[in-house]
Amino acid sequence: MPRYTLLMYQPADGTGAPAGQDEWAAAQARWQGFLADLTDAGLLVANEGLAGTDAATTVRVRGGATEVTDGPFAETKEYLAGFFLIDAPDLDVALSWAGRIPSAEYGSVEVRPVWGQGGS
Amino acid sequence: MTAPAAAVERVFREERGAVLATLIRRLGDFGMAEDAVQDAFAAAAASWPSDGVPANPAAWITTTAQRKAIDRLRRERAAAGRAERLAELMRLDAQEHPDEEEASMIRDDRLRLIFTCCHPALAPQARVALTLRSLGGLTTAEIARAFLVAEPAVAQRIVRAKRKIAEAGIPYRVPPDEELPDRTADVLRVLYLVFNEGYGATAGDDLLREGLCDEAIRLGRLVCALMPDDAEARGLLALMLLHDARRAARRDGDDRFVPLDRQDRDRWDRDRIDEGLAALDAAMALRRPGPFQVQAAIAALHVDAPSEDAVDWAAIADLYGALGRLAPSPVVELNRAVAVGFAEGPQAGLALLGPLLDEPRLGAYPPLHAAHADLLRRAGDRAGARAAYDRAIALGGNAVERAELARRRDALGG
Repeated sequence: MPRYTLLMYQPADGTGAPAGQDEWAAAQARWQGFLADLTDAGLLVANEGLAGTDAATTVRVRGGATEVTDGPFAETKEYLAGFFLIDAPDLDVALSWAGRIPSAEYGSVEVRPVWGQGGS
Repeated sequence: MTAPAAAVERVFREERGAVLATLIRRLGDFGMAEDAVQDAFAAAAASWPSDGVPANPAAWITTTAQRKAIDRLRRERAAAGRAERLAELMRLDAQEHPDEEEASMIRDDRLRLIFTCCHPALAPQARVALTLRSLGGLTTAEIARAFLVAEPAVAQRIVRAKRKIAEAGIPYRVPPDEELPDRTADVLRVLYLVFNEGYGATAGDDLLREGLCDEAIRLGRLVCALMPDDAEARGLLALMLLHDARRAARRDGDDRFVPLDRQDRDRWDRDRIDEGLAALDAAMALRRPGPFQVQAAIAALHVDAPSEDAVDWAAIADLYGALGRLAPSPVVELNRAVAVGFAEGPQAGLALLGPLLDEPRLGAYPPLHAAHADLLRRAGDRAGARAAYDRAIALGGNAVERAELARRRDALGG
């Protein structure tokens, strides 16, 4: 079965993200429900949430020299907050799961097929 | 044109989409299917002049394309699932007539192809190009000329779209019931975009752009035939036919744009109007109203009136109100203001139009200022009308429409 990554981007300024204890608890429950559904469907391969870009370090090797800098590769209005790796029979199925990710309501989810599994 | 050449051309226009649609499903590969169909038409062009046109040309093309596909697949040693696909193709090739299951699949193949070409994961321009290329009979060069873009750009769009279909795994199927309304709306939007590109045309190769209207209507008829219970598909077909009926009357002898209120009604195409009204009746009988049906009903009120003075503007204003509730947009509000201006007088129209002048999305929209100018003129405010015409002309639009606005401005007098 084809494999897709669902890359979850969120507004860097936190706009629209759950705020306050009640909202947070409700959001947690929705995330757990989503994860459970995906697992029950037998489609979940991997899932991680990522620490904020404050914790990011970028490495480049140029002319044999390793260059390490503080921060993300590029400052953007939306940052990569986590990902799911799923198996799905086709793009429509992957898109419908992406649309159920709670953060899609305030951030966005980029659906990318894993390289080299279709086309010529 | 010789008879065999005309036969090839006719079968190409009428059957290519269906043959391609079936081959894409059987091969599981857009590109290879296209190549095989191309091979089959090349074979027809080569052999029909000497061997004669076969009794059933469409069946000949289908069988030949299928065999060309088998040849191509045999050569493609690296193709995924090649052995299974070859076995299936050989099995189908051996059948005199398709079995019941395959026959029912064939009936829906063009629908699969339309939904795939209009998939929301493809860029809108790519959907248009791919739909016209795959289901319409247009070549890449014709699409490029009709849309006033360079041919390599169109070719690139189509190549990218096909690659994305394969790489991203866009499924080749009719969407399930729960997705069908949204996905059908996507298809209808693409067809309407094609139609408007042709209908709004005032530049470029006129014949080709009129060809876009014909192509959109042809595809609209096809969608109605494939989804007879879809009210909006019929509504869109009705809308396109009722607009297209007025095509010839939109230009005068000097090739100048003629607005609706000054068109020669004798030059409207009665057959198109009758077909459009019948499509609208069929749509409304399904009792599922939608924006295309309402727009078609508005167009019907225009063409149904025996003269411009007899147009039922109050009914049109009501329909714009209904359209605004189904699909709210400032452009619909503008049209409602214009209709109210005719139904109840220019002051009533101006009262509705006023707030729209502050609408940021509409401020640079020439028709807003043209409508404003018309209402001011009818209300007797010549200076205001002149300023509004100037604004509409300055904002652009196309040359014929600008000339018409200048004519109205100059007719204001001192």
